[in-house]
Amino acid sequence: MHIVVCIKQVPDSAQIRVHPVTNTIMRQGVPTIINPYDLFALEEALKVRDHHGGEVTVLTMGPPMAEEALRKALTYGADRAILLTDRHFAGSDTLATSFALSQAISQIGNSFDTPDIVFTGKQTIDGDTAQVGPGIAKRLNLVQLTYVAKITSIDLSARAITVERRSEGGTHVLKSELPCLITMLEGTTVIRRGSLDDALRAARSEIVKWNAAEAGIEDITKCGLRGSPTVVKRVFAPTPREQKAVQIDTTEKRVHDIANELVASIFTHQPALQHELSSAGSA
Amino acid sequence: MGTRKTKAPPPAALGRAGTEKDLPDHFKNYRHVWVFIELERGEVHPVSFELLGEGRRLADQLGVQLAGVVLGPPGDSTRRAVAEAFAYDADLVYLVEKPLLTDYRNESFTKALTDLVNTYKPEILLLGATTLGRDLAGSVATTLLTGLTADCTGLDVDADGSLAATRPTFGGSLLCTIYTLNCRPQMATVRPRVMRMPQRSNKPIGRVIRHDLRMLEDEIVTKVVGFLSDGQSENANLAYADVVVAGGLGLGAADNLQLLKNLAQTIGGDYGCSRPLVQKGWMAADRQIGQTGKTIRPKLYIAAGISGAVQHRVGVEGADLIVAINTDPNAPIFDFANIGVVADAVSFLPALTEVFIRRLAPGNHIRLVN
Ligand SMILES: Cc1cc2nc3c(=O)[nH]c(=O)nc-3n(C[C@H](O)[C@H](O)[C@H](O)COP(=O)(O)OP(=O)(O)OC[C@H]3O[C@@H](n4cnc5c(N)ncnc54)[C@H](O)[C@@H]3O)c2cc1C
Ligand SMILES: Cc1cc2nc3c(=O)[nH]c(=O)nc-3n(C[C@H](O)[C@H](O)[C@H](O)COP(=O)(O)OP(=O)(O)OC[C@H]3O[C@@H](n4cnc5c(N)ncnc54)[C@H](O)[C@@H]3O)c2cc1C
Repeated sequence: MHIVVCIKQVPDSAQIRVHPVTNTIMRQGVPTIINPYDLFALEEALKVRDHHGGEVTVLTMGPPMAEEALRKALTYGADRAILLTDRHFAGSDTLATSFALSQAISQIGNSFDTPDIVFTGKQTIDGDTAQVGPGIAKRLNLVQLTYVAKITSIDLSARAITVERRSEGGTHVLKSELPCLITMLEGTTVIRRGSLDDALRAARSEIVKWNAAEAGIEDITKCGLRGSPTVVKRVFAPTPREQKAVQIDTTEKRVHDIANELVASIFTHQPALQHELSSAGSA
Repeated sequence: MGTRKTKAPPPAALGRAGTEKDLPDHFKNYRHVWVFIELERGEVHPVSFELLGEGRRLADQLGVQLAGVVLGPPGDSTRRAVAEAFAYDADLVYLVEKPLLTDYRNESFTKALTDLVNTYKPEILLLGATTLGRDLAGSVATTLLTGLTADCTGLDVDADGSLAATRPTFGGSLLCTIYTLNCRPQMATVRPRVMRMPQRSNKPIGRVIRHDLRMLEDEIVTKVVGFLSDGQSENANLAYADVVVAGGLGLGAADNLQLLKNLAQTIGGDYGCSRPLVQKGWMAADRQIGQTGKTIRPKLYIAAGISGAVQHRVGVEGADLIVAINTDPNAPIFDFANIGVVADAVSFLPALTEVFIRRLAPGNHIRLVN
């Protein structure tokens, strides 16, 4: 069984700072991490491999420094890592990203073994569109299984797979076929600590690096800026609210008096609430 | 109170700025605004109505028509969805009615929607950013090789008639406006509750254009073999609750969540939390409010022990009235709350619950003159 996991290196956005004067993003010195959602995809892939045998290949498209993310993925136990890097990819939107990644996945199939499952995370924490997974599935004509909470069963010989997919208000049980693309939900599984062996292996491993041509991409106009129909035209700060909160005076008051004052203030702001709350509440 | 910084004028756009909009001729006959009406298990998702409200405004600005797109099985629920699209002011409805469309499946829905687009050529196509809508939108945009802007919080039409789709970036600390150049339709998704719910009218059913779906069940690989409803958990409705009470790390301990639930129950509201509480396992993930959780738009939102990080803020800003309880007078939440109380939430919440019980008891209505 061959599994490809797509991971993205993202800024650790908890630490992203916006320049207070120019409103531009200050990327310098911001640490990068593997997109946290992708770790669930990787863990699920490793579990499937551990159970059914085979190999896990991790793939990322990004600048040369994205190699760090791949090496990290190897420490978790991935078998092979491929970095897709080429300046032609700069400025890709999701359509161009999914094009490049799907070409690379085809090339992985040619060079190693055709994947039975391609995993992606649910979404990233920077672009945050959740569009790349469906884009890859469509381009490779793979069955698309998004928001998967659980893989219930895989029958390799029958090429069958059953999954639970989160949907609005419940969970769908879907029966489908391999090969497929799965976007994995977060919080579905506990992420392993890599073994010492894997850490040593990761440090020694050669990361395969492909440029566009090596990934089998002939039509470079489908990549990067030129291959991206969407364009970011303007970046700006949200308008701050005019007024700050009206503070309830709490000096030297008993907590009940403060609560009384708050409730009075709520009903002054929104008189209609008095009736709505009383008819809705169970008091 | 923290000092508020005055923001500088907007900076020049980053990255791919400055590219010219130059629509190839064959896209120039793409016209009208479409909204995908999301129908699952017999019900229209309310986000579809919110989108019809937005679609109406865009269509009027462009001087074009607003169409609803209904895909579903033959029967009452599909017919009701068609009627609802008109009640929310669609001018016409495109309808594909086939047993194949009983359950949502990517393959059948993608084909039905792309066929419609290729036949009738809309300039704008809007979908809800639900699990279904995102699954479908990504496939359709890739099939059509057009642009798709995710999770928009603002939609507008430019002077030259193109769609300006605005979405938060970097966790809501900045906004960016995105265009789809040289491709049609311009596609965008919007999360539930981000846009205002428009007024429903009694507008009768108008023009319905039926379209075929040439596909056989055998061509669809994925089969739906079961559905496990979240059932009694009313939390599927958090996004649509009129009153929401939420807690953050300031509550200190998982046990104190009961104080939150008591208050919510007293005032007939639902409850939620900030992200760290989900990460600690104190509350279920679908109760998280914010950028990576639910967007809410209640009449009253009470936040206890929540600092008001930008990722939380973007999920609650649509509330009519925001009340914040926090021990820190400089907490950022006081920058966007309407009413603030500097207090220890653990002792304040029970007192507040008691006062509400007293005030809301039948016969205890004090009419306020304002
Ligand atoms: C602020 C901002 C807003 C943007 N808005 C849009 C928009 O609305 N529409 C649009 O088309 N593009 C948009 N883009 C561009 C988009 O972010 C990039 O195309 C990006 O490369 C992939 O999209 P994503 O981060 O949203 O990934 P998602 O679609 O959220 O990622 C889903 C999964 O795909 C896999 N994946 C994603 N990227 C890679 C990669 N480079 N290598 C390997 N695996 C990957 C991961 O498994 C990930 O979990 C935006 C970018 C920015 C910075
Ligand atoms: C990519 C990304 C996505 C995110 N998405 C979300 C999201 O969807 N939703 C979300 O909420 N967060 C999200 N976050 C996290 C967010 O940045 C904040 O870390 C989080 O909202 C903080 O939660 P908090 O306010 O509960 O905790 P804290 O920031 O720790 O604040 C606790 C507050 O409680 C106050 N306090 C302490 N004791 C008391 C007391 N006894 N009584 C009253 N007040 C007290 C403190 O003064 C403080 O203001 C996201 C972060 C990232 C990086």
